[in-house]
Amino acid sequence: MAKGVLVDLSRCFGCRSCQVACKQWNNLPATPTTFNNTWDNPPEMSATNWTVVKYYVTEKGNKVQWRFVKEQCRHCLEPACESACFVHAFYKTEQGPVLYRYYRCVGCRYCMLACPFSVPKFEWDKVFPEVKKCRFCFDPGGEYDRLGQGLEPACVSACPAGALKFGEREELLQEAKARIAAQPDRYVNHVYGEHEYGGTSWLYISDVPFEEIGFRTDVSKESIPHWTGRVTKWTLPVAAGWTAILTALYLYTKRRAEAEEGH
Amino acid sequence: MAKDRWTFRLTPTRWVLILISLVAVGVMIYRLGYGLGAATNLNDNWPWGWWIGFDVLIGIALAGGGYSTAFIVHILHKEKYKPIARAALVTSMLGYIICLVGLFMDIGRWYNFWRPFLVYPGSWHSILFEVFWCISLYTAVQVLEFGHIFFERVKAASWKRFFDAVIPGLFIAGIMLPTLHQSSLGGLYIVAVDRLDPLWWSLIIPIFFLISSFFVGPAMCVLEGSLAAKAYNRELEMPVLSSLVKISMWMMIFYLVLKVVDLLYRGHFGDMFAGTTASNLFLLEIIGGVIIPIIMYATPSIRNNPTGLVTASALVVGGVILNRLNVVFTGMAEAMGGSYFPSWMEFTVTAGLIAIAVLAYCFIVENFDILPEEHAAKKAPVVGKGVPARA
Repeated sequence: MAKGVLVDLSRCFGCRSCQVACKQWNNLPATPTTFNNTWDNPPEMSATNWTVVKYYVTEKGNKVQWRFVKEQCRHCLEPACESACFVHAFYKTEQGPVLYRYYRCVGCRYCMLACPFSVPKFEWDKVFPEVKKCRFCFDPGGEYDRLGQGLEPACVSACPAGALKFGEREELLQEAKARIAAQPDRYVNHVYGEHEYGGTSWLYISDVPFEEIGFRTDVSKESIPHWTGRVTKWTLPVAAGWTAILTALYLYTKRRAEAEEGH
Repeated sequence: MAKDRWTFRLTPTRWVLILISLVAVGVMIYRLGYGLGAATNLNDNWPWGWWIGFDVLIGIALAGGGYSTAFIVHILHKEKYKPIARAALVTSMLGYIICLVGLFMDIGRWYNFWRPFLVYPGSWHSILFEVFWCISLYTAVQVLEFGHIFFERVKAASWKRFFDAVIPGLFIAGIMLPTLHQSSLGGLYIVAVDRLDPLWWSLIIPIFFLISSFFVGPAMCVLEGSLAAKAYNRELEMPVLSSLVKISMWMMIFYLVLKVVDLLYRGHFGDMFAGTTASNLFLLEIIGGVIIPIIMYATPSIRNNPTGLVTASALVVGGVILNRLNVVFTGMAEAMGGSYFPSWMEFTVTAGLIAIAVLAYCFIVENFDILPEEHAAKKAPVVGKGVPARA
């Protein structure tokens, strides 16, 4: 039931059509940019750039190779932002996308600290900023909805290279493995997003090692909510047990102090 | 001596503090009116910065003197420490109030600050939810505990009776709540697994935060005591304080052992000798802020000497400050990328909040029965210093 996107990095040639399509569909303003030391343009994701294609130069065999990595919200199966939010402004939908309720948001930015992919971005130039990120073109009842209308995300429909494929996550996972199995010499035997941080809706396969193109492969397979759950499960037992111990100590030492005074 | 007039003497130092406070209030109004981006240097790489690091994480830890002293005096009924309990409560209460103001400055959509109180389903999975609730409730508990003192001075028999009746419950809640949120403040960084440097990241970081907030309490009492002694021409409560810091010493030994065991267990013990900025700051934190003070507290000739006691306590406080800064900045720098250095407005707000707390402390100490009487004014009393006497 839950949707996903398979990104085949061996097919992407870095045209940035996905970036433009995202801006157009979501009515996001252009970002004035200047020359910088990279080919990335704009250089980073931001409140108005929900997807950015990163350029990497790497070596494959003896040849210098360009590779292009589309970044956007990974739509985690168990999202860190959701578990970190103390007003539950972020939530995972059963369709797959992770969405945000701006009207609840306090603006504490713990989601930005919690996200292992540094996805949520803040509207720093506003008096009352919202947290912004890719919503997988899912806007139930809203004007920016595609997923709810049976359409694929804007970026996927704009991709001329076939690097992006939209579908059921489980089917895409099987397809990713089938592509790797069909050309084991071409692909790295790793579907990034199958297990990372408990799994993500967006899956990546690559023909160059993931570590060389900006992915961290040494990361936890356990989701962030699961990590924090290992601690938060102690809250109520500690609160109850500690209150009981404190009360007992209070009464015992008070009686002892009074007994000493009584002599 | 019955006091029937509120007193607040304006010295040159206090005028400076008032000036700093006023500038900070202006900056705070500017920040609330124009937004975080206009007032701070925070950015998408560094969503949390100076205000969270200093005003909240350090402020709350250093205010730990309130609950650790309350635990020793009111729960364990160790009466000999009673003379410092009230001063510790007042400092802690003021510390929490300025932390809450600092936190309010830091939230982007401040008109929504009350929303976590609505307890949305699912919101309780957040460690920040626990921190928010416990800090809010504990600040309220401390204000009520202070109400007990307030109505000694402000005559209202029925209120006095009310506070006498609820004070045991407040004492117990006043230990339980800080235990939860002091640890949860460390727990906030569990989400930073793989990103916070393993020298600081641990699944038991809540326990490290809890223990350090407890052992920094007596050290803060020493520093506050020495400042108050200077300001009010009193003698430091030496026997009480030098005995109190022994509790700190044992907690620090436990902390150190737990830290070593934790690093060995996770296989990161060697990291501290890597020679990087992070590893060197870690060594500074542990050697300067834990090991050396343990030795100083363990040595009677240092512990029983005011200079030695104050120096060792300053090292403990400095070590805890460095630890929190290391968690927020040093340990996250590699993963966060980008750059961040606080703006003058961020520093000014912090300075102003501290100035306001100091002024409020002076007012309370001079008008309520806070500082112990036994050593009061042993030196020649200075006219107009307003040494408080018991009513």
